[in-house]
Amino acid sequence: MKMRLTEKGAQRLSISFLLAPALAVIILLFLGGLITGLLRSLNYFPLIGLNDFNFEAYVAIFTDNGFIQSLVLTFHIAFTSTLISCILAVAAALLLRPAFRGKRIVHFFFSLNLTIPHLVGAIGVLYLFQNSGLVSRIMTGLDLISKPADFPAMVFDPWAIGIIIQYVWKEIPFIGVIVLAILLSVGEDYESVARSLGANRWQAFRQVTLPLIMPGVVSASVIVFAFTFGAFEIPYLLGRTFPAALPVLAYQSYTDVDLAARPQAMAMAMVIAFISTLLIMAYMKLSRVYIRE
Amino acid sequence: MTTAPAPMPHFNPRSVGRVTLRWVGIAGLLAFLVAPMVPLFIWSISFRWFYPDILPSEYSSRAWEQVISPTNNVLGSTWQTTLIALLVTVLSVLFGVPAGRALGLHNFRGKRIVEIMILAPIIVPGLAVVLGIDTMFIRYGLSGNIIGVSLVHLVPTLPYMTLVMSGVYANYDVDYELQARSLGAGRWATQRYVTLPAVFPGVVVGALFTFLISWSQYVLTLLIGDGQVQTLPILLFNFARSEPAIAGALSVVFILPGILVLLLSSKYLSGDSAAVGGIGNI
Repeated sequence: MKMRLTEKGAQRLSISFLLAPALAVIILLFLGGLITGLLRSLNYFPLIGLNDFNFEAYVAIFTDNGFIQSLVLTFHIAFTSTLISCILAVAAALLLRPAFRGKRIVHFFFSLNLTIPHLVGAIGVLYLFQNSGLVSRIMTGLDLISKPADFPAMVFDPWAIGIIIQYVWKEIPFIGVIVLAILLSVGEDYESVARSLGANRWQAFRQVTLPLIMPGVVSASVIVFAFTFGAFEIPYLLGRTFPAALPVLAYQSYTDVDLAARPQAMAMAMVIAFISTLLIMAYMKLSRVYIRE
Repeated sequence: MTTAPAPMPHFNPRSVGRVTLRWVGIAGLLAFLVAPMVPLFIWSISFRWFYPDILPSEYSSRAWEQVISPTNNVLGSTWQTTLIALLVTVLSVLFGVPAGRALGLHNFRGKRIVEIMILAPIIVPGLAVVLGIDTMFIRYGLSGNIIGVSLVHLVPTLPYMTLVMSGVYANYDVDYELQARSLGAGRWATQRYVTLPAVFPGVVVGALFTFLISWSQYVLTLLIGDGQVQTLPILLFNFARSEPAIAGALSVVFILPGILVLLLSSKYLSGDSAAVGGIGNI
């Protein structure tokens, strides 16, 4: 009995040693950054002479029409990108599932985007879809339009079309690879059974395949939503300056020469962090796939 | 009741139509995925490419010469980006492998909290964290140099590496170690000859992707690097609006390591592996 207790104690000690360095880094840098940001957002910033806690920064941003517009725009970008990516990714995975000649090379090209940085994709989208971009030139060549100004605004536009195209381009393979792995490991037997029992293609997909892939789709979507909600460089490159996506607005306030804007920048950072925290909780509830397997 | 004949894919005209449809779909998909790379590559070899020309009227190697010429600092920047990514990878492996072992092999009190702390930095956007870290880094002299930039890159990379290793260890049978120990192997020999070979592929794939996550960081480097640390993404962003030819050439340089990594690791990269889960960060 005594022996077992010390063994347990030794094991606990060794677990602590294994975890300590990683947790120290995360506590110092990640939690440290968040807590400092939180204090600053509550107007506590002794370095620039702010010493008393208050909620002025939050009141200021939530009564500012520009901030609300940014918030709405950011939700629009994240929601639309995630939804379109999910639908197209599932379609792509179904397309790539069966055995066909050249499957390996097609799969390789499909997963190629996984490693291409968002920034490169964003610049590519810019050169494709700006007024004088490649798509506009091709349309001029086909006599569909006659000058750059005829081309519909797809970058720096109010609907953030270019930003959404970039995210969809990047996230289709991300969600698709996850869905494809599930499809390949499950096999087609369940669907064959459903079909032989009289289900049509759509019914077999809706009632057999979809429930099987849903956990993967949902957990990938949470990651995609959180990323598209908080990413900075893509809206910074492809978006309008007003209203800007929330992370861009936070950055602009942070680098503002007026130091009084700092607590507001921090408050915006906290809003972004808060919404992501809700997403983490959803993620933990919906799936533990990545931790356990 | 009529029974349908068994499907014979090669002779059934409906299924031939379906196969054609599939290939149209696949072609469309791949075309969409490759499309943004096309103008980047054309710009990189163009000299004059004015609207409404679909292809440049003159080609040149000017952009590529500028990329490799020492005056433009691209080589220095590439070296700096590599150095930071290497440093970040080494630290992530050193800290992430043990933590992954603890999470993958053991159940302990508070494990749930530890898991949340590991997951949180992957989901909370870097910008929300870095605005708070910034002044702390300035105070300790970590702003504007590669040490500080490397440290801040650990925020997205270390949790990723830990998660990958936790997945690897969850599939690892610790009894092999006990057997080796009972046969007289020491701690060190057990780790060297039993554990390491078993987890090594996972470590390599995790390390490769950790390298890529650091390699492609923009906003963390922008704020902590403070204009002093000019990694490739910073340089690329600066050229994107003004110098499409150079931005095109830089983009090609910038995506090469990723393609290389994918070639090296594609056989380990099935979607159910944790390695994919963190790629949302690249």
